[in-house]
Amino acid sequence: MLRALLLTTLLASPALADEIWVTNEADDTVSVIDVETLEVTHTYPTGERPRGVTFSRDFKRLYICASDSDAVQVMDPDTGEILHDLPSGEDPEQFVIAPDDRLLYIANENDAVTTVVDTQSRKVVAQIDVGIEPEGMGISPDGKVQVTTSETTNMAHWIDTATHEITANTLVDARPRHAEFSPDGGELWVSSEIGGTVTIFDTATQMEKGKITFGIPGIRPEKLQPVGMHFSPDHTKVFVALGPANHLAVVDAASFSVEEYILVGRRVWHMALSPDETLLFTTNGVSGDVTAIDVATLAPVATIKVGRFPWGAAARPTAN
Amino acid sequence: MKLLATAAALGLACASAQAEALRLDWIERQVVPPPVLSNLQGDPDDLGLAGARLSLKDIAKTGKFLGIDWALQETVVPPEADFLEVAKAALADGAQILITRAPAKDLLALADLPQAQGALILNTGADETRLRGADCRANVLHTLPSVAMRTDALAQLLVAKRWTDLALISGPQPEDAAYAEALKASLTKFGLALSGEKDWPLTADMRRSGAAEVPLFTQDLPKHDILLVADERGDFARYLPYNTWLPRPIAGSEGLVPRGWSGVVEQNGAAQLQDRFRAAIGREMRAEDYAAWVAVAAISDARTRAGSATPEALRAYLTSEKARIAGFLGRPLSFRPWDGQMRQPIPLVTERAVIALAPLEGFLHAHNELDTLGPDRPETLCTAFGG
Repeated sequence: MLRALLLTTLLASPALADEIWVTNEADDTVSVIDVETLEVTHTYPTGERPRGVTFSRDFKRLYICASDSDAVQVMDPDTGEILHDLPSGEDPEQFVIAPDDRLLYIANENDAVTTVVDTQSRKVVAQIDVGIEPEGMGISPDGKVQVTTSETTNMAHWIDTATHEITANTLVDARPRHAEFSPDGGELWVSSEIGGTVTIFDTATQMEKGKITFGIPGIRPEKLQPVGMHFSPDHTKVFVALGPANHLAVVDAASFSVEEYILVGRRVWHMALSPDETLLFTTNGVSGDVTAIDVATLAPVATIKVGRFPWGAAARPTAN
Repeated sequence: MKLLATAAALGLACASAQAEALRLDWIERQVVPPPVLSNLQGDPDDLGLAGARLSLKDIAKTGKFLGIDWALQETVVPPEADFLEVAKAALADGAQILITRAPAKDLLALADLPQAQGALILNTGADETRLRGADCRANVLHTLPSVAMRTDALAQLLVAKRWTDLALISGPQPEDAAYAEALKASLTKFGLALSGEKDWPLTADMRRSGAAEVPLFTQDLPKHDILLVADERGDFARYLPYNTWLPRPIAGSEGLVPRGWSGVVEQNGAAQLQDRFRAAIGREMRAEDYAAWVAVAAISDARTRAGSATPEALRAYLTSEKARIAGFLGRPLSFRPWDGQMRQPIPLVTERAVIALAPLEGFLHAHNELDTLGPDRPETLCTAFGG
C-alpha cells in the first residue's frame, strides 16, 4: 500500500527526497529536513506555538496544532502555504488522524475535551469531556478505539469512535504524555513523564499487562521522564524518548525489558521514522536540534540544527 | 466570633449514589497586613485559597472518573477572632484533612490540639524553617518551601555564577532578620561568605528620597558582585535597584528572588496551570497559591495511589519513596520523611523571567538532588517524625 502511495505522490509532487517535518514550538515555524542530505531545506512559518504535527495519508496535507492560535492549520507541503484552519477547540496540543484519513481527534489542553473534527467538511463532529490537560492521543489500527490521556488527571480515557463516548478510564502514573497502540492493535502503551514509567495495557480488557521503569547509570531517576514513543519498523522494539535524561530507551516489545539507551540531544520529545525505515529522527527541545539514528545499528549518525524548541515530527515520502 | 466565610464548594453538583464523598478543609487565619511604603501592591484577599479552589476543580474532574466526590470546606478566621475555637469547631464537625494558611503560632496551636492528633495538616502559609526543625509536628506536612530552601537556592546560583564578593542589607523586621540569618547559613553551606553587611536604618519615604539616600547608604559597602537584601515584607528594597552607589544587580527579597512559584514560571507545562489560574481567578498565581494548589493535588494523588483517604494512609504515601507528584516544576515532588517538607525545585525569578531553577546543575546529592535545598536528613532538628 505504501508503494502505491509513493507512486501517486511521485506524480503529484515536485519534491525530490524523503523528508522529516519538525515543528519548532518557540519559533512558530516548521523545518523540513532532507533525509538524504540530513540538512534543513525549508523553514515555513506557522501559527503560534506549533506542537503536534501529522500528514494526511496521501501526504498532500500537513496538519499542525498551532496551540496558541487555537487552530489546527492545514498546510500544502509542496509550497508551505497555509491553506486553511480547521476548527479545533482551544489550545490544541496533540492529535491523531483516524485510519479513514478523515476524522482528526484533537486534544484541547486548556478545555479538558477531545474534539473530533471532520477534515473534509471542516466541522466539529463531537466533543468529549476528558480529564484535565489532555495530551497523548492514540488510535487503534482498526480505528475503533481512540485513547486520550490527560496529564493532570493521570488517566487514559478509552473512547468508542462509533459513539464518541468514553467506555473506560484507566489510571496511569503521573503526567501521561503519549499513547501508542501496537501495530497489531493488541496493546496500548502510555508514557508517564513524572511517574517515570510506561504502562502497557491489553486493548481488549483494558487491563494492565506490564509496566516499564528505566535506569541509566549517572542519571538521577527523577530525570528519566518518558514522553514520545515509536515502534521499530519490524515491531520488535519500542523507542521511548526520556525527555531531560537526553536518551532514548530501546525496549523489547515482547518482554518489556529495556535493551539499550541511546544518547541524543537535550530534552528529547518525539520521533519520526524515515519513510524507508532506516533512520529515526528525534526532536530535542532544549538543544534545538534533531538527532538522526541508524535503526539497524542504533547509533546516532547526525545532529541537525532546526528552530527553537523542536517538538513534533512527521515523515513524508517523496519521489525516489 | 463569627466566620468571615464558610462555603462548601462541591466538586460536582450531582454525585452518583455510590460516589465516595471526601472532604478537605481550608483553614485560614487572616492577619492585618503590615504597613509598607508603597500603597499600590497589596496581597489579594484570596491569596492561597484561590490555589486550593482551582486545585479542587482539577481533582473533582479526576474524582468524577473514579467515583470520588471531593468537597472543600472553607473556614476563614478574621484577625480579631479566636482562631483555635474556630479550628476546634471544624475538627468537631469532622475535618480530618486540613489545608492551612496561618502564622506559625496558630499553626502550632492547631497541630497540638488533642483533637488534631489524628488529622493531617498541610501548611501552605508559614515558611519558618523551625517548623520543619525543632518545632516540627508529626501531623503537619509543608508544601510551602522553608526560608532555608529558598536561600539555599539563591546560594547555589551565586556559586554557579562565581559571584563570591557579596554584601547584604537587612531590614528591621523579625522576618528580615530570619531571612538574613538563613541566607548567611546558606552561604556557609555552599562555601561563600559575606564581605560586608549593613542594617537598613532609614524611615524616610523612599518613594521621594531613594535617589538621594540610597547611594550614600551603599557607598561604604565593600566591593561586591551582587547586593543581597533581606526585606521580606517588600517594604524598602524595591527602591534599591538603580539607586545604589555601585551599579550591581540585587537579589534576595528583591530583584532576583527565590520563590516557590511565580507568574513567570512557564516551563514543564506550567503555562497550562498559569492559564487555568488566570482564567479562573483573574490574577497571577503566587507562591502561596501554588502551595495550596499542590497540597490539594498531592492529597488527591495520594488517595488514588494509596487507595485510602485516611490521614495516616495519605501521610504514609506522601512521605514514602513511592510518591511522585506532578507539580509543573520538571521533577517529581514528594515529602521528606524526616521533617514533612515537600521536596520541590525552587525557581529563581525576576519580574519577567525565570533565571534559574534550583537545584542547579552540578549540585549533587546521594539520594535526591532536591535535598540539596533546605535541611537534609543528617542535619535535621526534627524528631517528631521518628527520624
